[in-house]
Amino acid sequence: MTIFELSKPGRKGYELPTYDVPDSGCNIPEHLLRKKPPMLPEVSEVDVVRHYTNLALKNYSVDRGFYPLGSCTMKYNPKINEDMAILFTQLHPFQPRETIEGAVELMGHLKELLCEITGTDDMTLQPAAGAHGELTGLLIARAYFEDIGELGKRKKVIVPDSAHGTNPASAGMAGFEVIEIKSGPDGCVDLEELKKHLDETVAVIMLTNPNTLGLFEKDILTIAKMAHDVGALLYYDGANLNAIMGRTRPGDMGFDIVHLNLHKTFSTPHGMGGPGSGPIGVKSPLAQYLPVPVVRKSGEKYELDYNLPKSIGMVRTFYGNFLVLVKAYTYILTMGGKGLKHVSDMAVLNANYLRAKLSKTFKIAYDRICMHEFVIDNEEFAKKTGVKTLDIAKRLLDYGLHAPTIYFPLIVHEAMMIEPTETESKQTLDAFVEAMEKIAKEAQENPQLVKGAPYTTPVRRLDDVNATKYPVFRFKR
Amino acid sequence: MHRYIPHTEEEIKEMLQEIGVGSIDELFVDVPKTIDGYKIPDGKDEFTVRKIVETLAQKNKAFQPENVFLGAGIYYHYIPTVVKHLAANPNFLTAYTPYQAEVSQGTLQMLFEYQTMMCELTGMEVANSSMYDGASSFAESLLMATRITGKYKMLVAKTINPEYRTVARTYTSPIGIKIEEIGYTELGAVNLDELKAKLDDETAAVAVAYPNFFGVIEDLKTIRSFIRQNVIFIVVAEPVSLALLEAPGTFGADIVVGEGQSLGVTPNLGGPGIGFFTTLEKHVRKMPGRLIGQTKDLDGKTGYVMILQTREQHIRREKATSNICSNQAYIALINAIYLSIMGPQGLKEVAYRSYNNAHYLAKKLEEAGFPRIFTGEFFNEFVVRVSTDYRNRWHEMAKDGILGPIPIDRVYKELGPSALVCATEVNTKESMDRLVEVMRK
Ligand SMILES: Cc1ncc(COP(=O)(O)O)c(C=O)c1O
Repeated sequence: MTIFELSKPGRKGYELPTYDVPDSGCNIPEHLLRKKPPMLPEVSEVDVVRHYTNLALKNYSVDRGFYPLGSCTMKYNPKINEDMAILFTQLHPFQPRETIEGAVELMGHLKELLCEITGTDDMTLQPAAGAHGELTGLLIARAYFEDIGELGKRKKVIVPDSAHGTNPASAGMAGFEVIEIKSGPDGCVDLEELKKHLDETVAVIMLTNPNTLGLFEKDILTIAKMAHDVGALLYYDGANLNAIMGRTRPGDMGFDIVHLNLHKTFSTPHGMGGPGSGPIGVKSPLAQYLPVPVVRKSGEKYELDYNLPKSIGMVRTFYGNFLVLVKAYTYILTMGGKGLKHVSDMAVLNANYLRAKLSKTFKIAYDRICMHEFVIDNEEFAKKTGVKTLDIAKRLLDYGLHAPTIYFPLIVHEAMMIEPTETESKQTLDAFVEAMEKIAKEAQENPQLVKGAPYTTPVRRLDDVNATKYPVFRFKR
Repeated sequence: MHRYIPHTEEEIKEMLQEIGVGSIDELFVDVPKTIDGYKIPDGKDEFTVRKIVETLAQKNKAFQPENVFLGAGIYYHYIPTVVKHLAANPNFLTAYTPYQAEVSQGTLQMLFEYQTMMCELTGMEVANSSMYDGASSFAESLLMATRITGKYKMLVAKTINPEYRTVARTYTSPIGIKIEEIGYTELGAVNLDELKAKLDDETAAVAVAYPNFFGVIEDLKTIRSFIRQNVIFIVVAEPVSLALLEAPGTFGADIVVGEGQSLGVTPNLGGPGIGFFTTLEKHVRKMPGRLIGQTKDLDGKTGYVMILQTREQHIRREKATSNICSNQAYIALINAIYLSIMGPQGLKEVAYRSYNNAHYLAKKLEEAGFPRIFTGEFFNEFVVRVSTDYRNRWHEMAKDGILGPIPIDRVYKELGPSALVCATEVNTKESMDRLVEVMRK
């Protein structure tokens, strides 16, 4: 039942203090006064508590169990991060600078840590998510080329066909033409293919490394050189940073612009879709184009620098999703430099362990040592059994697990992208393998069972075709 | 070993064996080893981490809500206790985007209800399930206007929050959108003559704020009457005010956007908040962001799914209506809980008290020598004339625990020494009287 159906006229869940301010009378012109009150719920506090508590029971979450959603890094979200964020909730973004000394210092520290981790020289913490960071990074590239008088000829952004949808979408929003290049037979960037498209009309090459197949772009140093030789910039999509911490850095590989997803690598909770945070690190020649304000060390203190005449402006208000920054900072303090390396080591170990075990039953796309994630290719499996990736995903729900990412990357048909993360134990991984093997067996013996799944969830398979064809956008009486 | 990472030495060995490699390093053969660890101190126990972050927090000054007279887009309202308790549920906090709808019905139903509430407040037909913040939501409304009309000229009121206009320029200039600003009159409202003069066949959209940055309630009815039907009418609204003010949808708005922080969200140094985005059904296919719709499952039971996804980046790629993927869903939850608790009556009382407090304060300040600069009717903010040394006073007041009206003469130079005063239902008569005393000094 929706909360609107619980509603009874006159019931209420709030109480305001007695009011002693003299009434000045309402002088709002009649035609601008609301006539019909908004249909908001009229419910008691108990109604509200039960409604949302029961809704929460219908959700799967990291705190409930294994959530191997590839490309999303669904690691454990430490509780202390939440407690630390609460210490900063009462600050107004416009309160006098001298009253937010600690917050600015925290941003300064965090920025320095993230610059060290990414191998970049300067950074903005303003973008609210990965895609927002991408847009910011591409606007910085645009500003750079405009500044050096090359924007007229550099109109293209190259993305591999394995890229996440936000990469081309961000490039489009930043006013670039998108050139999609085919991946090579090994799942990595095909250098010949890249060469065909790479010339002085290219502004940026966007790469995810490891890429969305979970494979490290082994030619990355060559690619960087090729990009720089024609004057293009190299952009790093940081969704997969969880694989390489402590071993290499995007800046060292030759990337000029780097985004991070603090809600992935740095353990901040995903909150059903957000808030996230997508800081952008850049090499020093690009620092002058960062959005304002930039947090900078000046003497012993940190300052908010608004004086960037060539800045792209702002991509959102204020300092970004500040509380998310507090959580990420807390996490880095907790893990430390060595701990972060251990994170990546164990994330990659977990992925390879799962890959090795699952390869006995499923076909792995590009089956070789992977990084923090890998992709199963169920095309043949589906042809043989009639059971598709979607069905396997739904059946996993019956086993009390969350499904991996499915149908991404697009270059693997029937893809199932599995990212276990470092916070999962061998027992958990073994239980997942066991469930997957059982489902494979069910698919052979009783495909209808799998195709009808799930059976044990709060609802069964939902009709999303008609949901889009005859959309119901809101509750109506 | 680390408390967040469960692997024992024994298990690591077993796992390496299963993989068929001799060491962890062998898993990284493709990775150029450019560093040997980070120049970052070792990790710390919880007790020590707490101390470090608490020490930083103590270097900030938090103000008692009743002593805050600063708004400008972020507001202190009373947040009922249940809001944070319910929102803290880890099944909300640690879930992600509802990709598997069958185990995300909590998220999906909540967002569907949130969308309904935003439609009700704004008087619009469709709301998406969130944008990053008010400013990016506004910027995306301009991009959407160009998608609908194929035109690139935007008339944007100068009385829209200055940061929103900055963000809008950042977002729109790359694709060739031209923003022309429309000034304001002595009412503090958009200059209708200027608007009329600048409106032409090239105009994609007209955007105004309601109430605007000066707190003035724009006359949406009159403004709409000047704008031809095929020009997109965008309203940047403050959601609490909409319990008292007529819904923008009633006046024929095409897109209503804004910041939802005032609906139960703490100020958070400005983020996270949430951008809301609402429009009409006829424009829905040009809309950015995720949409949740109602449907049925195999057994005919009501359920909820993401809909109209062909607009989005994961399918439409560079032709998507926006690049947004992760959004602010968790803040939508907070908005929904807050609105459920307050209901239509509670929200209206909050809006009316905010309005009345601001009017009480305006009168007292006027008597104390701080006259209003504009004559237009306002909601819970207003601009007053201050002395040239006010900025110093403002910093002084903060020392006394008062977060005073913010000086705005740096962003609106033409106004001269001026400050934007804000009151909400959390300000008491006593605290307002004290502000007047302190400002008079
Ligand atoms: C590879 C990749 N790039 C970019 C993104 C976009 O990040 P966000 O959702 O934070 O905007 C994602 C996220 O899902 C991703 O997996």
